[in-house]
Amino acid sequence: MSAEENIKQALENTFDYLKGAVIIKRERRMALEVPAGNFAEILKFAVLELNFSFLSAITGLDNGDGFEVIYHLNKDGGVILNLKIRIPRSGAHIETVTPLFASADAYERELMDLLGIEVKGLAEGRRYPLPDEWPLGDYPLRKDWKGNLSANNEVKNA
Amino acid sequence: MHDSGEVHIPIGPQHPSLKEPESFLITLRGEKITAVNIKIGYNHRGIEKACEERTYIQDMYLIERICGICSHSHSTCFVQAVEEIAGLQVPPRALYIRTLVAELERVHSHLLWLGVAGHEVGFDTLLMYAWRDREVVMNLLASLTGNRVNYAINTIGGVRRDVSANTLEEAASAADILEERTKYYIGIVTTETTLINRLSGVGKLSPQDALRLGAVGPTARASGIARDVRADDPYAAYAELKFKVVTDNSCDVYGRTVVRLKELLESISLIRQVIKNLPDGPIAVKAPRRIPAGEAVSRYEAPRGEDLHYVRANATDKPDRVKFRPPTLANVQAVAHMLQDRYLADLPIVVAAIDPCFSCTDRLLSLDRGGQIEKTVLTWEQLRQSSIEHYQREGIDFSALNKKLADKM
Repeated sequence: MSAEENIKQALENTFDYLKGAVIIKRERRMALEVPAGNFAEILKFAVLELNFSFLSAITGLDNGDGFEVIYHLNKDGGVILNLKIRIPRSGAHIETVTPLFASADAYERELMDLLGIEVKGLAEGRRYPLPDEWPLGDYPLRKDWKGNLSANNEVKNA
Repeated sequence: MHDSGEVHIPIGPQHPSLKEPESFLITLRGEKITAVNIKIGYNHRGIEKACEERTYIQDMYLIERICGICSHSHSTCFVQAVEEIAGLQVPPRALYIRTLVAELERVHSHLLWLGVAGHEVGFDTLLMYAWRDREVVMNLLASLTGNRVNYAINTIGGVRRDVSANTLEEAASAADILEERTKYYIGIVTTETTLINRLSGVGKLSPQDALRLGAVGPTARASGIARDVRADDPYAAYAELKFKVVTDNSCDVYGRTVVRLKELLESISLIRQVIKNLPDGPIAVKAPRRIPAGEAVSRYEAPRGEDLHYVRANATDKPDRVKFRPPTLANVQAVAHMLQDRYLADLPIVVAAIDPCFSCTDRLLSLDRGGQIEKTVLTWEQLRQSSIEHYQREGIDFSALNKKLADKM
């Protein structure tokens, strides 16, 4: 059995509700969408039991109805697991993964700055990547943001 | 602030020791750094958003310009994702040409880095030598692709230019020169005691920390982490070529130097393999203007480490979302850790040792003679000749020494 099938089986055996959800797209590419409420336990299992020891990036995207957050995990052997959650648009928030991946800090700040997703538990720090004087409430990667800064002069880190 | 014995020093966003805008707020106790607060993002140009508003072909031009040093890395990473979504079978010859340009880019980038590293530790002769030799690979890239930087060799479905037998010969002789020079630099770096002492033990990053902080590329490999996308997740022609993943266990700036130099030899060997095994056939397949709905993640081993692109297509001619995670973003997070409890004087070389991206410019020189509008473009030889004459007028003449050197070569 291939490495990808082993991973799929381990996930499905451990979490009943993942039956049929783990997709092997091609060699070394796997995708899995999980309910936001179960994300923490699945991530922990993937990292600690399946050795997905490296977080390559976090992609946030706006699909119109809400946000999707994709964690690109990888492990030795080159397999990438794209772990996806969906969150509602209003009061959008996720929990930080920095206790597992210190490297996630910049990726999570990007989600906050560019999409306006609140990251709970993220340590205090300087914003990234927008300038300090960027107005509160302007999130460039949201689909309804068309390049005009709002008249809002309130600044996030004033 | 002085009562506690601590001094805060802001370095950047504009500072002579930094090659691009980034800011470090350093807390010092005596000469030792006790805390580092890094702010990046000054180069944020909104390219991800801009890509959503342009067609895939227009995005190629934009993505090529994310970085002036590893432009091929980004454009290849992006086309690979788009080709995967569209289900295109890229012809083998195109994959080999991509690999050739990729390894030449790595050679130019590592030589550029070697020069910068030499400069940061006051070894400017190394800068002059390394950048002179880098011209060999820059000229080759120019004859291969038409450009010294922003090669624009990729297109969705293949490459835009074929290589001629003549260019391959040129590449083979360039590889010989580069190999000889690289061996010379390896000799210097492994025997020159001032260099070894200056770089050893500086910017320490243990293997555990490299993993924890998500370091990539030569930065991680110099901490003993054998991670290289070319080997782990092969793309282009790498699955058919032989090379070693170079690692070192020094875990410091010295190790990062050795890793990059040994990687140069691997790149030169890869270049020779591509020249020898370049398959015949077409160089591109036709790509649709509208890319079917889907998503893909593509990885690429850039000179600085793993580059990751995520693309989502929505069956139009414009992508729905494009996400880039360039290697420096992964590496910069280890810098604060490397600087902890180190001397302030180590900051420039520690920052330089992760090889953060900065732009390099074209070498064409335009002279404005005495206020006339007419401008002249100098060739390399003319530029060299004009500088020799300039110094001779100043009473400085190196012609005897040059002749001696030329006889020796």
